Amino acid sequence: MKGNEALAEAAIQAGCDAYFGYPITPQSEVLEYLAREMPKHNRVCLQAESEVASINMVYGAAGAGFRVMTTSSSPGFSLMQEGVSYIAGAELPCLLVNVNRAGPGLGTIQPGQGDYFQAVKGGGHGDYKLIVLAPSSVQEMADFVFLGFDLAEKYRNPVLLLSDGAIGQMMEKVTFGHHEVKVSEKPWATTGKPATRQRNYITSLHIKPEEMEKHNFHLEEKYNSIRKNEVRYEEMNTEDAEYIFVAYGLSARICTKAMDLCRKQGLKVGLFRPITLFPFPYDALNKLADKATMMMTMELNAGQMVEDVKLAVNGKIPVDFYGRMGGMIPTPEEIVHHFENVIHPTYAN
Amino acid sequence: MQTEEMILPETKVTELPEACSHEDEYELVYQRPSTMVDTTMHYCPGCAHSLVHKLIMEVVQEMDIQEKTIGIAPVGCSVFAYDYMDIDMQEAAHGRAAAVATAVKRLMPQHYVFTYQGDGDLAAIGIAETIHAVNRGENILIVFMNNAVYGMTSGQMAPTTLTGMKTTTSPDGRQNEMYGAPMKIAELMAQLPGAYFVTRQAVNNAGAVRHTKKALLNAFKYQQQHKGTCFVEILANCPSNWKMTPLETSHFIDDEMSHAFPLGDIKVPKGDLKIF
Repeated sequence: MKGNEALAEAAIQAGCDAYFGYPITPQSEVLEYLAREMPKHNRVCLQAESEVASINMVYGAAGAGFRVMTTSSSPGFSLMQEGVSYIAGAELPCLLVNVNRAGPGLGTIQPGQGDYFQAVKGGGHGDYKLIVLAPSSVQEMADFVFLGFDLAEKYRNPVLLLSDGAIGQMMEKVTFGHHEVKVSEKPWATTGKPATRQRNYITSLHIKPEEMEKHNFHLEEKYNSIRKNEVRYEEMNTEDAEYIFVAYGLSARICTKAMDLCRKQGLKVGLFRPITLFPFPYDALNKLADKATMMMTMELNAGQMVEDVKLAVNGKIPVDFYGRMGGMIPTPEEIVHHFENVIHPTYAN
Repeated sequence: MQTEEMILPETKVTELPEACSHEDEYELVYQRPSTMVDTTMHYCPGCAHSLVHKLIMEVVQEMDIQEKTIGIAPVGCSVFAYDYMDIDMQEAAHGRAAAVATAVKRLMPQHYVFTYQGDGDLAAIGIAETIHAVNRGENILIVFMNNAVYGMTSGQMAPTTLTGMKTTTSPDGRQNEMYGAPMKIAELMAQLPGAYFVTRQAVNNAGAVRHTKKALLNAFKYQQQHKGTCFVEILANCPSNWKMTPLETSHFIDDEMSHAFPLGDIKVPKGDLKIF
């Protein structure tokens, strides 16, 4: 299955009640798949007039207490940022997907990771955080849908699945297994006010500064709990590693190959793959910095996650960066070559 | 529509006769609908919002649909509508109420869903969401409060500002050569096939209020029958931003505004459905 299709199928199996989307390459398969399949399950699938409308439909559906998802790609996801901020402010659970292409502007439809900052540092206005999951395989495109919905409802917070054009478009074997759909209670949802309870309203408006700050502190408390409990990452060959490659998503796949090539040459290289980009695995990386002598971050951008890697390492060891942009994808050999240049400048040349 | 005799405010405040304190001896003929929250509103004196809030909530009370009604509030003066209407509500981003309402209604088709939006919200920034929701014939009611200005941001020009009307951003009066003519939103909506009932009303006198109430009641009843989008535009008094007394705003609606935006039904169902 294609990554995008695996994600769409997983959404159905995860009990997604509604999907709102707008066509954009390289993620249109999600909308196409769900337009075909959702009606068979008596679920709602609506092609909106814009990403602006999609994200506000997500707001409405989530506010009414339903499991809801939207997907887009970079320029479209930029259009959604206002709505994402409102959703985070109003604490509505939902699953958002950005199948990242290369930018800025209209950019190209080829894969990119240039939306890292937008995903983890804000994107929209105000102090808010998304839980950001970065799949690096078609299997994870499916798995993280289940995980994403559960986390969203656990924390009443939007979850972003930050994929890219390659993971979305590539075909791999995927298994869905059996997933129990957890139906969480949503006593805050706008389901219609019975005489037995006060009215519910969904809003991100707190006009009094005291109340606004209180809400901000409440959100921060929630984000701290997420920082404490939801950090996810994968380590490969880090036990004896002298050098650590740090990469997520598609880059992590390429770096896995590059690591293998290095190991064959006797270079003790390990790989650290952040799975949650927020919360970022600062502590785990910091511990690795005690053992390793250098880290090298590889991204399909001009160097975004590397800033968090440097924060994590906190000056203990050097952190190198290698990036390609514009939809250009480096080969493992290219990465090894760069890496050798860094550790043995004369030897590699 | 002919306006009826204006209800003039009492000029002399007299003390209540002592007998009024004995409530038991009198028949209660009028009170706030039970679906309104008993609180002080933030609206300016003479503003149409409080009145239209009450009319909608009267309909909700009379139809006994409080448990099944979801309102979508806009960004604008009525952003706090959820503080006054005792129903479940969602506060939408500026202009996006129709998209929010679309999702709520699609997921809860047996509920009554309405949006409550001003002219900056609906006619400017939210025109795309509005047109598409109406074109899809979403089974919702859109209440469109047209006061010809951006109220909450203190009186800037809106797409509905009358030609020549002075606002803070059209200090010499709106020039059509620069900004086009005032947008007749109800007429625009009426030509979309998804629109089932489109009307333009006002609340500047007792007769107008009764007409508006009836239009809102009809709209909720049509929604009960899943007929498509109902669109009720209401010409709304805005004393603060028009720099007029409340009474002057009522005259302004009769003398100026209703010429640019003619009152009355624009698209009505044929046959038996007119009986409401």
